[in-house]
Amino acid sequence: MPRRDDLHHVLVIGSGPILIGQAAEFDYSGTQACRVLREEGLRVTLINSNPATIMTDPEFADATYVEPITPEFVRKVIERERPDALLATLGGQTALNAAIALHEAGVLEEFGVELIGADVDAIHRGEDRQAFKQVVESIGAESARSAVCHTMDEVLAAVEDLGYPVVVRPSFTMGGSGSGVAHDEEQLHRIAGGGLAASPTTEVLLEESILGWKEYELELMRDRADNVVVICSIENLDPMGVHTGDSITVAPAMTLTDREYQRLRDISIDVIRAVGVDTGGCNIQFAVNPADGRVIVIEMNPRVSRSSALASKATGFPIAKIAAKLAVGYTLDEIPNDITRETPASFEPSLDYVVVKVPRFAFEKFPGADPELTTTMKSVGEAMALGRSFPEALQKAMRSLEQVPGGFWTADDPPGTAQDALDAARTPHDGRLHDVERALRLGATVEQAHEATRIDPWFLDQLLQLVELRRDLEAGELDEALLRRAKRLGTSDLQVARVTGRTEAEVRDLRWSLGVRPVYKTVDTCAAEFEAKTPYHYSSYDEETEVAPSSREKVLILGSGPNRIGQGIEFDYACVHASFALADAGYETVMVNCNPETVSTDYDTSDRLYFEPLTVEDVLEVVEAERESARQGGGRLVGVVVQLGGQTPLRLAQELKDLGVPVVGTTPEAIHLAEDRGAFGQVLAEAGLLAPRHGMATTYDEARQIAEDIGYPVLVRPSYVLGGRGMEIVYGDAMLVDYVERSTLIGPDAPVLVDRFLEDAVEIDVDALYDGTDLYLGGVMEHIEEAGIHSGDSACALPPITLGRSEVLRIRDSTQRIAEGVGVRGLLNVQYALKDDVLYVLEANPRASRTVPFVSKATAVQLAKAAARVMLGTSIADLRAEGVLPAQGDGADTPHDAPISVKEAVLPFGRFRGVDTVLGPEMKSTGEVMGIDAVFGTAFAKSQSAAYGELPTKGTVFVSVANRDKRAMVFPVKRLADLGFAVLATEGTAEVLRRNGVACTVVGKHSEGAGDDVVPLVLDGRVDLIVNTPRGVSGRLDGYEIRTAAVARGVPCITTTPALAACVQGIEALLRGDAGVTPLQEHHRGLRGGA
Amino acid sequence: MSRPALLVLEDGRTFRGEAYGAVGEAFGEAVFSTGMTGYQETLTDPSYHRQVVVMTAPQIGNTGVNDEDPESSRIWVSGYVVRDPSRVTSSWRAQRDLGDELAAQGVVGISGVDTRALTRHLRERGAMRVGISSTGTGADALLQRVLASPGMVGADLAHEVTTPEPYVVPAVGETRFRVAALDLGLKAATPRYLAGLGVEVHVLPATSTGDDLLALSPDGVFLSNGPGDPATTDGPVAATQRVLEEGVPLFGICFGNQVLGRALGLGTYKLRYGHRGLNVPVKELATGRIHITSQNHGFAVDAPVDGTPVETPYGRVRVSHVCANDDVVEGLELLDRPASSVQYHPEAAAGPHDAEGLFTRFVEQMSETRGTRATA
Repeated sequence: MPRRDDLHHVLVIGSGPILIGQAAEFDYSGTQACRVLREEGLRVTLINSNPATIMTDPEFADATYVEPITPEFVRKVIERERPDALLATLGGQTALNAAIALHEAGVLEEFGVELIGADVDAIHRGEDRQAFKQVVESIGAESARSAVCHTMDEVLAAVEDLGYPVVVRPSFTMGGSGSGVAHDEEQLHRIAGGGLAASPTTEVLLEESILGWKEYELELMRDRADNVVVICSIENLDPMGVHTGDSITVAPAMTLTDREYQRLRDISIDVIRAVGVDTGGCNIQFAVNPADGRVIVIEMNPRVSRSSALASKATGFPIAKIAAKLAVGYTLDEIPNDITRETPASFEPSLDYVVVKVPRFAFEKFPGADPELTTTMKSVGEAMALGRSFPEALQKAMRSLEQVPGGFWTADDPPGTAQDALDAARTPHDGRLHDVERALRLGATVEQAHEATRIDPWFLDQLLQLVELRRDLEAGELDEALLRRAKRLGTSDLQVARVTGRTEAEVRDLRWSLGVRPVYKTVDTCAAEFEAKTPYHYSSYDEETEVAPSSREKVLILGSGPNRIGQGIEFDYACVHASFALADAGYETVMVNCNPETVSTDYDTSDRLYFEPLTVEDVLEVVEAERESARQGGGRLVGVVVQLGGQTPLRLAQELKDLGVPVVGTTPEAIHLAEDRGAFGQVLAEAGLLAPRHGMATTYDEARQIAEDIGYPVLVRPSYVLGGRGMEIVYGDAMLVDYVERSTLIGPDAPVLVDRFLEDAVEIDVDALYDGTDLYLGGVMEHIEEAGIHSGDSACALPPITLGRSEVLRIRDSTQRIAEGVGVRGLLNVQYALKDDVLYVLEANPRASRTVPFVSKATAVQLAKAAARVMLGTSIADLRAEGVLPAQGDGADTPHDAPISVKEAVLPFGRFRGVDTVLGPEMKSTGEVMGIDAVFGTAFAKSQSAAYGELPTKGTVFVSVANRDKRAMVFPVKRLADLGFAVLATEGTAEVLRRNGVACTVVGKHSEGAGDDVVPLVLDGRVDLIVNTPRGVSGRLDGYEIRTAAVARGVPCITTTPALAACVQGIEALLRGDAGVTPLQEHHRGLRGGA
Repeated sequence: MSRPALLVLEDGRTFRGEAYGAVGEAFGEAVFSTGMTGYQETLTDPSYHRQVVVMTAPQIGNTGVNDEDPESSRIWVSGYVVRDPSRVTSSWRAQRDLGDELAAQGVVGISGVDTRALTRHLRERGAMRVGISSTGTGADALLQRVLASPGMVGADLAHEVTTPEPYVVPAVGETRFRVAALDLGLKAATPRYLAGLGVEVHVLPATSTGDDLLALSPDGVFLSNGPGDPATTDGPVAATQRVLEEGVPLFGICFGNQVLGRALGLGTYKLRYGHRGLNVPVKELATGRIHITSQNHGFAVDAPVDGTPVETPYGRVRVSHVCANDDVVEGLELLDRPASSVQYHPEAAAGPHDAEGLFTRFVEQMSETRGTRATA
């Protein structure tokens, strides 16, 4: 069946901001879908509020709406664009929920828009627990025994029958949000209560516990001719009880016989047919009882998912791309397999390697969060690795996490016996495998480890091989055979070094002298049955390499590794842009990365892809493989780009350069100039620029002395950090003592930086390009929250809304001087604080920043592309001439009618119940959205809708602010009262408001315990907006309860006065009702036309 | 400690590894199988007789072996090549370790080989003779023995794997039909499937004649899979022709497809490296539907793959199925008589169950034919 000829215009819904459970994988899938649909000659309209995505680059759709993914805004897009069809199965749960809402509201019918990919009934059958259970029964398979409940009474009745422990799963939430395992009634109240609130249908499912069973997932595709193929089987190393997103997972399934595997395959195919997924991908999860093989169908996702991105990277079969083709009518046999080119997509990939995915957590960011892994997903990213055996892939994946400890043996063992290690391993948590390995090493048996963890004995024996390796490494001479065995098991030079008392360099030299080097195999979908046309490689210590000779000039781009808080999809965006720009400039591009969620690890993105950990060892070997390819083919490796992938590649820069790797762009020495406190101070002094007064302390007394000298409040933090790790604002000696006590880091080798904290300063972020002569100022962003809130968590506006022209020019001039002083060649990000008309330099980062994509989209200039060219030697003047940069002007002189873009951060507090939601210098957001409109108020309102849901336009506002904020709060709160809001306030706040003519009702403070406080009102849904600014030590506890209640109920909670002012402007804009939708392409025509 | 082993291909390419299974020497045709599951079924499939099987899946033996999954009473492969054998077994059904089982049955294997490099070599150069040795034989000496070993072209192997005596597999439940099955290397799954559909299966040795088959008054005749070169099957071809003359419903699988092809006067030829895996897409020409199939064949039938009927002494035959990867003939269908065959394995074991409907179709054909005969 060829493509449908009745479709001409498709609306694609993206997934919005990066959240836990819904991350970069949907940029990967959405980008593929947009590409495919346009190649088919269809008009593509896209809506996605996330500026950091590749899919929202204007060249990927005909009309790109960076607007909130809410039914209201999608309707506006439909009204304006009139598409024939809506494709919502590639944008995660967000897109699917929006599509269902539009269907239910009759919008799709009203405008004659056909939902393609999956119909509403199928989505319902797949996602509604009860309906799905019936499907499973109808095909003769088994679901866990369960009960659907809509009230707490029903929950309590159901558990009588099912018994404890019992699993609670809310309906229609993503990433298992709100679900968990309850072991007793108290836990049940907490989990099921939260689940009922989190579910849009106030529905939770209680089911029998199958904790400890083996867990599997199959990825399937179906076309409209009813052909069904299984793309990948995935086995979870962590048995049932841990969300699959938080599990270590392995592809293909390793511990099933063919009979058992075929049973899962048969059930999967029956399920996809019975659910009625017309075309596209879906995944189905199973639990298998290890004692007797009883199979339970857990759930399905009738759409492309995180697992499908993983499966695509694991197999080389591009599920999202094929899903888009199927949605417009092709059948699987009509679509060629990209990798072999000669065989069709109607087949099932066969793997001749093992793939391991490991999750990346960020518990260190959320003190107080429960670190136990449960059925609610908590990881913020993942790394994947391929190897020719499970241990090889596992160890590569573990070192890809860039954590301490990363691989086994890279950190000192905690004290304790085998039994202690077993006990630690009993509860699933981040790094559990280290406990398991240690237990085995200290003498626990595989049986004991299995009893404690329920991890399959096969996996445990694989770990035991590592334990035996270590014993031999410790005992014997490090000869070629032993070294080769270590490498074949995936062990890094660093691990070997730690165990044998050598340095990493010594192990590397020895290894090289013995000729123990990796080869590179190819991911080809077919286990070598057909020739692969796509150079998608992974390393292995095997015999034959498959890297082809090349005659071209090539550039290696080092990616950003697993997503984490502080280093997300923005850096992948920059790497992908560099790859595109350098390919356009005629280079062969070679990508190295280990994050399966990203566009950079799509084999289509660069000329060559190495799916490898980003460590010195692994990168050096890739460099050597590419040099060999160049030697054989007459090409040349001209450079390695390290400045675009965030800290991950940047921290490799110096060592790579020292080992003779041609690092291009800003030199590692220049990077050091910017990062080292003393050196950077010198740069600023020479440039005549100011920094806040600061000092460096290695003891508490020193810290206190410095604080006294420069005056409280001070900002304290460990040196060399990303994302503000361990950074706090300290208001007095008592807090300083507290900080030092909590921080185990302080010491002679780990100094703490103490900076004057500029209260109430305006913080400014700048992204710029410098080529050694000219500066191109990308954009000036004004933070909405004052200095002190991490820039990644702060909302910001571009162009700056309160800065005058002279201030912008002063910033431009300062930025140029810093760029010169540091010696930047490429991108530079500078953070300034403006206080009392004095401009302070807070920090400078000579690399891509997380705001690069936002600036690019707000100004219509592709900064990362230009940066890649500058790094390889093209001048800014030449880029202006080429049209990569505007012919004249830059971000310092935006046209007067330029739209206002607002970036808002998205925070994961809903995932970490009980964690305080106050923003501070430590970054906590997982992603961001962009609101763009002609005026600030509307742009801000859009950013809020996109990030958290619509701002309220009526109802009750609760106000409780710290003393210092009382003055700033009066005017905006008065405005809210004038707009018709009822005002609740705590006593001190109420007093000030009343004196200013604002009528308000007093409520008690929660800490006073009179029961007349606001917390029960919030929990009852009687408060629509919360303004609560905590400061210093006092007030923190009270605010905590309020903010936690706000998170539980999803009530907007404003914690700074500037944000309150912005919010009021947004509410006014909503009340005016004039928020329209405009595609980015139209904004950009205005911007580039006017430049 | 591990014992070194050596693998030498007839073109001289050599791989070194460690002994796996029995210690000794083994020769055969080197072929690779891309199935990720089902090594036990593969090892016991008589079609692999005299072949040295290279597993592309890198870790083998994880689920051990059991007494339920074998497709015949013994391991048939002449040698086994894996990268990384499991040291433990993990399955609630596991009874023994795979390495031990290979050793117990005297099957020589080699592990630690870059199986992907070997597979790529076979893909580029085609299936060829190979030798494995774990007895200390040098590469040159082993190569001489490989070159002296017989090849697959012209090999008549069905009689080496067939049952010596006839036997009956009773129907499950009510016996609705009787089928005479010519055992050219029959897998256990086939009679199991038929029995489940109410068929009593009489399995006869490969030397049986058409009259032997017809003497059972069968409702249908089945031609099994099996090893070797289909050009050597004069006996089974004659038997098939006899069955076709009688108009008894006939169904063949794999080698049986080639036998039917030759009985109809079609040619067969050797593929460069064959189809061996559990993921092969087959297109049914009548419907355009794709089935993912289990395959294991090195030879194929030569016939027009666009489905154009060809005249034969038994009426018109057309190609019913083709491989979506490379357009190799995957099924034949007589238009004027109740006979058909497929090159792939609807009985799976190992592999997907997409094509199991073919057994139902065979049963329906028997039912229709019996109706016609009864009324005639």
